[in-house]
Amino acid sequence: MIAKRVIPCLDVKDGKVVKGTNFVSLRKLGDPVQMAADYSRGGADEIIFLDISATNEGRNTMTDIVKKTAETVFVPFTVGGGVKTIDDVSRLLKAGADKVGINSAAVSNPELITEASARFGSQCIVIAVDAKRYADGWHVMTHGGTMDTGIDALQWVKTAEQKGAGEILLTSVDTDGVKHGFDLSLTKAVVDAVRIPVIASGGCGSPEHFTEVYKQTGVSAALAASIFHQGTFSIKEVKQSCAGQGVNIREPGFF
Amino acid sequence: MIAIVDYGMGNVASVSTAFKRLGYETAITDDKQMLHNATHIVLPGVGSFHAAMAEIGGRDLKKTLQKLSETKPFLGICLGMQLLFTEGFEGGFSHGLDILPGSVERMETDYILPHIGWNALAIRGETNPFKRFENEHVYFVHTFAANTEDKFIAATADYGVSVPAIVKKDNIYGIQFHPEKSGEVGIQILKTFLQEEL
Repeated sequence: MIAKRVIPCLDVKDGKVVKGTNFVSLRKLGDPVQMAADYSRGGADEIIFLDISATNEGRNTMTDIVKKTAETVFVPFTVGGGVKTIDDVSRLLKAGADKVGINSAAVSNPELITEASARFGSQCIVIAVDAKRYADGWHVMTHGGTMDTGIDALQWVKTAEQKGAGEILLTSVDTDGVKHGFDLSLTKAVVDAVRIPVIASGGCGSPEHFTEVYKQTGVSAALAASIFHQGTFSIKEVKQSCAGQGVNIREPGFF
Repeated sequence: MIAIVDYGMGNVASVSTAFKRLGYETAITDDKQMLHNATHIVLPGVGSFHAAMAEIGGRDLKKTLQKLSETKPFLGICLGMQLLFTEGFEGGFSHGLDILPGSVERMETDYILPHIGWNALAIRGETNPFKRFENEHVYFVHTFAANTEDKFIAATADYGVSVPAIVKKDNIYGIQFHPEKSGEVGIQILKTFLQEEL
């Protein structure tokens, strides 16, 4: 049966990997191509790059990073952040990305999902959703998790699926950076709302948090950043922990 | 030189990179002379069966590919594997390359589609060149799958149904998953294909 995926996420700003806490203060960490190659060798099932550059120059740097990564990394990788048009999707796929993540632009123009999936196949269109809990449910947030759209997150993921999304990358704004575990109730609600794979993101602080989200929500994949980047835990340690708890995981063997 | 057939369906650079990593020279091409000069033919591809056959038809490559499959080690990857069969139903009915008998149909599984992610291989037969990859995980992304005779199925993966993962008939190989995205295991699977025919 299909294995649960363990995904390190690299937030990239102007060519360097950085990591924010609750979407704010950023610290520089390292070279994204090198880090992606290391994670790939270390057993990562997929790599996600999130481009948080605010400038065109930063975006062009990202395209170069994607090209170099495609030459050195032999696992799938996704690139998101600042993808606004069909040309952005095309540029990143041509550079060698396997999938492209679309966030705010899909919210303001859901037809972009239809257009992109019709042209490139839904398997390479990942819709990134940042959600935050309010009294009346979860709202879709944009602009790095700071702006409340007022849109119901569970309704939005269903719309995204209908429009042709291949996967949902779900980040909980409430748990992101807090390291007390993934947002289990939000993740479960989204997994139950759609029939496409969901990647849980936000809040991972230990290997047990992976096991928890896999076992309790039916999610297809889970993503973490700081616990890997800071060397707190390796991908291998996370996978051994999951396998020890009976989670079906890919453990790269003799090869 | 390994020829990677360029017919406008998806990014083929990563397939080329994987072969280069093994020390082989590659050419991404739709030029018939180059295809004839190649030691191996690799047909990659991502997208729909119907659109792919239209592209192959538009480039007048159908007969060329059929002919090449009679004489050279020939590997179809993902959509390229599906195109090897007689017919397909993705994007409406289309004739395939008809190099292997069978049809390509939407998977009938209770699990979510596409079948996306890392799944374990079950290798058939004791003398199978892929035997050492038993239970290794490889990366799949697909919704349609081959329906063919058992004797051509060299490996399967379990996704509620038994999914043909590797098909083989003499010098013709088809791989449903993405070996170029399956880490070191995938690279070694490509190497096995190359060594089988040397």
